[in-house]
This record gives sequence, structure tokens and C-alpha cells, in this order.
Amino acid sequence: MSVDINAIFQIAGIGIIVAMIHTVLKQMGKEDMAHWVTLIGFVVVLFMVIRLLDELLTEIKAIFLFQ
Amino acid sequence: MEIIQIVGIGFIVTILTLIIKEQTPLFAFIITIFAGIAIFLFLIGKLSSIIQVVEQLANASNVNMVFLQTVLKIIGIAYIAEFGAQIVRDAGQESVASKIELAGKVLILFMALPIITVIIETVIGLLPT
Repeated sequence: MSVDINAIFQIAGIGIIVAMIHTVLKQMGKEDMAHWVTLIGFVVVLFMVIRLLDELLTEIKAIFLFQ
Repeated sequence: MEIIQIVGIGFIVTILTLIIKEQTPLFAFIITIFAGIAIFLFLIGKLSSIIQVVEQLANASNVNMVFLQTVLKIIGIAYIAEFGAQIVRDAGQESVASKIELAGKVLILFMALPIITVIIETVIGLLPT
């Protein structure tokens, strides 16, 4: 299998942990910190997806003869 | 039996999405995109060997390579447009998705113009003058 399926579990784990941290920070009354944590987690995950998307589009270009 | 692996990935992704959607919908969406890309990358090796066989057949039967290249490009555009439109539709933006599909159709028509021209010229050549 060429693609790392572990990455899916990684993303899910990051999602759950970020949600937990968000809830804890909200309970402590630091609303803005909670929002920053969610945003940064999202950006980290987005980078993983964008790297994979780049790989996909390169492969499609190579296979379907786009110059 | 790679199909079992792919179905397994699909089930796992569905369950993870259902779990995470409660807390952070953004991450659930990202997991769906990731799974779509992963499954296609999984298939892309097989797809390339299929296309190589088609190219060999076209070479053997002396089909003009321009036609085959155009058809392959059209398939590529159709796939990319469909992929993007599905992702956008999953995110709930129906109107943007239909715009993407429209763009795909127009680009495909533009690609097919040379072939259509050749067909029409052939038909005109067949007509008795």
C-alpha cells in the first residue's frame, strides 16, 4: 500500500485531542486561547492533506498526459 | 484481495468521522478528503498499467495518437472536476460544486473541439457534391 493509512488515525487523534484541549481551556475561561488551539491544529492537519493532494495531482498529471 | 482493504478503510473512515463530527466538524471533513485521496492513490498504479495497455492497442491499430491523448486528458479533467465538486458538496456548498462541474464540462467541450471538427469534415467529405 503506497499511502500511509496511519495518517487517517493520526488526523482523527489530533482532532479528538484538540477538541479536548478546546473544552478544557473553555472551562478555564480562556476562550481566545481555545480558538487559537483549534486553528493551529486545523492548519497542521491541513498541511498533511495538502501534501497528499499535491502528490495526487502530480500523479494524475503524469498518467493522463497533461504536459 | 485489495478490495477488502479498501472497504475496510472506508468503514474505518466513516466511523472516525461519526465520532469526531460531534466535537470538531472541520477535522471530520479533513478525514473524508484524506480518505478520498488515499483510495485514489491506492488505485493509481493499476490505472496507469490499464492506460499503458490502451496506448499499446492504439499504437498497434495505427490510431492517431492525438485522439487518444485528447480522450485521456478528458478523462483526467472529468475525474479532477468530479473530485473537487464532491468535496465542495460534502462541505455543503451546493452552488460552488455545480460551478465546478460546469467548468469541467466547458473545458471538456473545449478539449473535444478538434475531434468534433474532424468528424464534421469527414461527414462533409462523404456528402455528394
